[in-house]
Amino acid sequence: MTRRFLAVFHARNIEFVRDRSSVSWNLLVPVLLVLVMAWIFWEDSRPLFKVGVVDRSGEFDSDAHTFFTTRHIQFVVVDDEALAIRKVARHQLDMLLNLERERTYWVNTDSPKGYILEKMLLGSGGTTLSKAPVSGDPVRYIDWLLPGILGMNMMFSCFFGVGFVVVRYRKTGFLKRLNATPLRAIEFLSAQIASRLLITISSVSIVFAGTSLFLGVRMEGSYLLLFAVAALGAISMIALALVVISRVNSEELASGLLNFLGWPMMLLSGVWFSMEGSNELLQAASQVLPLTHVLEAARAIMIDGMGWAHVAPNLMVLFAMGAACMTAGAILFRWRSDT
Amino acid sequence: MGIQADSNMSVTPVLEVRGLCKRYAGITAVDGVSFSIVEGSCFGLLGPNGAGKTTTVEIMEGIIEPTSGEVDYLGAPRDRLFREQIGIQFQSTALQDYLNVEETLRLFLGLYEHTSELSEIVQICALQELMARDNRKLSGGQRQRLLLAIALLNDPRVLFLDEPTTGLDPQSRRNFWHLVDRVKRERKTIVLTTHYMEEAYRLCDEIVIMDRGKIIAQGSPTELLAEHFDETILQIPAEDFNVPAERFPYTVLNDDRNVEISVKDVDAAIRRLIDCGVSLRHLEIRPRTLDDLFLELTGKELRT
Repeated sequence: MTRRFLAVFHARNIEFVRDRSSVSWNLLVPVLLVLVMAWIFWEDSRPLFKVGVVDRSGEFDSDAHTFFTTRHIQFVVVDDEALAIRKVARHQLDMLLNLERERTYWVNTDSPKGYILEKMLLGSGGTTLSKAPVSGDPVRYIDWLLPGILGMNMMFSCFFGVGFVVVRYRKTGFLKRLNATPLRAIEFLSAQIASRLLITISSVSIVFAGTSLFLGVRMEGSYLLLFAVAALGAISMIALALVVISRVNSEELASGLLNFLGWPMMLLSGVWFSMEGSNELLQAASQVLPLTHVLEAARAIMIDGMGWAHVAPNLMVLFAMGAACMTAGAILFRWRSDT
Repeated sequence: MGIQADSNMSVTPVLEVRGLCKRYAGITAVDGVSFSIVEGSCFGLLGPNGAGKTTTVEIMEGIIEPTSGEVDYLGAPRDRLFREQIGIQFQSTALQDYLNVEETLRLFLGLYEHTSELSEIVQICALQELMARDNRKLSGGQRQRLLLAIALLNDPRVLFLDEPTTGLDPQSRRNFWHLVDRVKRERKTIVLTTHYMEEAYRLCDEIVIMDRGKIIAQGSPTELLAEHFDETILQIPAEDFNVPAERFPYTVLNDDRNVEISVKDVDAAIRRLIDCGVSLRHLEIRPRTLDDLFLELTGKELRT
């Protein structure tokens, strides 16, 4: 038995080692993950409080008030005062300051952090600001997290549900058989996208309904709009997976490539934590990831009750990504594994 | 190399291959192959492994692109209509998991504009009892019948069969030949690649033997045999044949079990065997076959 075990063990090892592409990915992906994580969490002490500062010029003047010299507070420049006030009401910002015309500060009277910050502001000795109290329940972490979890689930379903299947079809010759019929690549790819879209949206809807039933998840906006975001997001992620595996013949390489796509989205798209206030380059990088736009739009609809006009830029980006990836996927697509 | 109809009138070939070449990195798989195929005939491509048969057929099918050369369908370059009018049974084809036979047939039925009646194809290929069976649970013969049914779903004008009976038991193979006979009766053109000479002899009107990417013989099976052989084989068990070479002026091939004697005058050879005291209890007399021709043309050595 040991001899047979070792024979199979040895053969599999040889197979793996000789598949250079898979070996490369297996080594490269962990290294890249470590580098990205290190970059994101480079600062060893994260601030205790987050304070918004309204400044339409986008520049933060740290000399404008003595309060700004207080340590362990992260000051975030905001240009949309109304949106920032809503964030204070939802406890997403601990305080908001406007030193321009109004010279006002907004603090949530229900927030312990807001209470402490107000004491610190008043004791800082700078220009006197008038208080504008805000009230509102905090956004529970689950309310904020649920779109992230659903989005991540959707992403993996789109990537692996389509990517692996197409690679297996190619490897076994089923795609070659289909190629011998009048079927066009775009028809095949569209069918794959539609099928996976149906499966993904159905499963996400069931999870959403179940979670809402048992946890009472916040839903302030339109269900139709949320559906549009989920559908466009799923299409763009399926199409992205189809581009990546358009010529791949090995399931191991497909797994490596799809993980390589998925992990940056897990880390940078705001699944677990907000990227607000993190490195600007990383924030810019996150904007090229479809999951970022899905989560931004979904949270705006679910938590802030935003409408079409607010999420239109996210929808347009998702539409453009989906169309571009589908076109590229159809051009790059290979039916056979031996060409 | 156009083929003439029985009346000696020239007809437009359904498929014409001219100067076909296919090169991969450092390897020439197909090297200047030309032939034409008359509508309604069964055309066989024979050759040892690596001869270039499958590559040639897949270029004809439009699955792979040639490095150079042309393939015409009904006298013109192939267009999108070609895919609608051909049926293909590959050497090995995976089907979609978890689908049964009927669902698989309906999947492919949906890919063509013009199709045959499903019930008719099911009946031709004897799949009635298997319609609800999972693809993965079919035997080799049943699977080949399903693959043939898929290839026939669009009522093809040309049917490509790439080693369709490889790996089948003798009963399944013969059963498959009967199916092909039935398709032939409908005047469909069949392009068949096979390793089995008996199959080629039984089914093909015209054969091409390829080796190392080139055509080395072409014609009808009977023409080729007549062209290359005018001899008959006498076969005797090796233990019954104990004659010194100088007493027996014929070409003798000896393997562990049998002696094969190639002769033009059978009567004279038998008289000589009797004179030499050879027992004729197990004597077998057979004409030369395509197997003999194939081995003579391509050699008996194992290819590396």
